[in-house]
Amino acid sequence: MPRSIGPWEIERKLLVKAEDKTNPRYGHKPDERPAEEYIRYGVINLDKPAGPTSHEVAAWVKRILKLERVGHGGTLET
Amino acid sequence: MTGVLPVTLEESRKVVQALLYSGKEYVCLMKLHDEITEDRVNAVLGEFEDEIYQRPPLRASVKRQLRIRRIYRLDFLEMDGRNVLFKVGCEGGTYIRKLCYDIGEVLGCGAHMQELRRTRAGPFVEGSGNIVTLHDVAYFFMEWQRQKEDEILRKFIQPMENALALVAKIYIRDSAVDAVCHGANLTAPGVLSLETGISHDSIVAVLTLKGEAVALARAVASTEEIVNMEHGVVAETKRVLMRRGTYPKCWKSGEI
Repeated sequence: MPRSIGPWEIERKLLVKAEDKTNPRYGHKPDERPAEEYIRYGVINLDKPAGPTSHEVAAWVKRILKLERVGHGGTLET
Repeated sequence: MTGVLPVTLEESRKVVQALLYSGKEYVCLMKLHDEITEDRVNAVLGEFEDEIYQRPPLRASVKRQLRIRRIYRLDFLEMDGRNVLFKVGCEGGTYIRKLCYDIGEVLGCGAHMQELRRTRAGPFVEGSGNIVTLHDVAYFFMEWQRQKEDEILRKFIQPMENALALVAKIYIRDSAVDAVCHGANLTAPGVLSLETGISHDSIVAVLTLKGEAVALARAVASTEEIVNMEHGVVAETKRVLMRRGTYPKCWKSGEI
C-alpha cells in the first residue's frame, strides 16, 4: 500500500552557518512577551464545538477577548 | 463537526497562510447506504491512499475545479453495521465529505459523512495538552483579568511561533531583522543557522536568535546552497510578521 509521510513527520536538523549573539535590549523570547503583546501575537488551539461555523467561533473568541481582529486557520464545517 | 481549529489573534492572523496548506488529520464516521463486508471496505479505503483527484463539493469555499490532494494515510478503525470509523491524514484543502461520497461510489452502495472530528491542523493537535474549549477561553481570560497573572494567559494562548513549528526555519542576525521587517529580502550574510529540507521555492520562517518570527519568506536556494553562500539573496520576504522598529535599523539609506 503506498503510504507517504505527513508534513508533521518530517525531521529537520539545524545547520550552523555563523555564530552571533542577540541583544537582550530588543524584542522578547516568544514566551516572555509582555501580556498585551503576548495576546496580540498569540494563537489558540481551540476545540471547535459542533453547531456554529468556524467563522462564528472566531467571532466569539474576538468578543470574549475584546479584540479587533481574530481569524482562524482552515475552515472546519459546522 | 468538531475538533482542532487554530484561532489567530490580531497580529498572528498573518501566520494563517502557513496553516491553511499544512497537513490535517481527522477521525470520521462514515455511513454506508448498504451492507458491505469489512474486507471490502478495508480494500477500498486502501485505494484512496496516496494522490486522489477531488472536485470540491457544491457548498465549498473554493472554485469547483478538479484538483489533486494527497492522502498520507487512511486507516480503518472499526465498523458496526453500516457505520464505518476511519482515521485520515491528508493535505490541507481535502474535503472529507467528498472523500466519503467517493468511497461510497467505489463501494457501489453509496456513503455519506456522518460525523467528523479534526485531530490535527498542522502543528496543532488534539491531546497535546494545550487544546482549549470556548468555555476555557472565557474562564481563563476572566481569571487573568482578575489576577493579572501572566501564567494564566499561557494556559490558553500560545505564541504565534508555534503555528510555524512545521515550517523550515532560518535564524538571522539582529542586524538583519529590521531590514526584513521593512520588506527587504534576506541575504546570505544575515543568516546564522538554518534547517535541513529547504529547497527552491519552499516557504521558510525567518526567526531571530530569540526565536521570534520575523517573516515568512520563499527560499530561492536550498539548505545546502545557503550554507555555502557568502552573498546574494537566500529568501524573498513574503509576509512580515514582526512590527517594524522592534530591532534597530542597521542598514544605510540609499540601499534597498
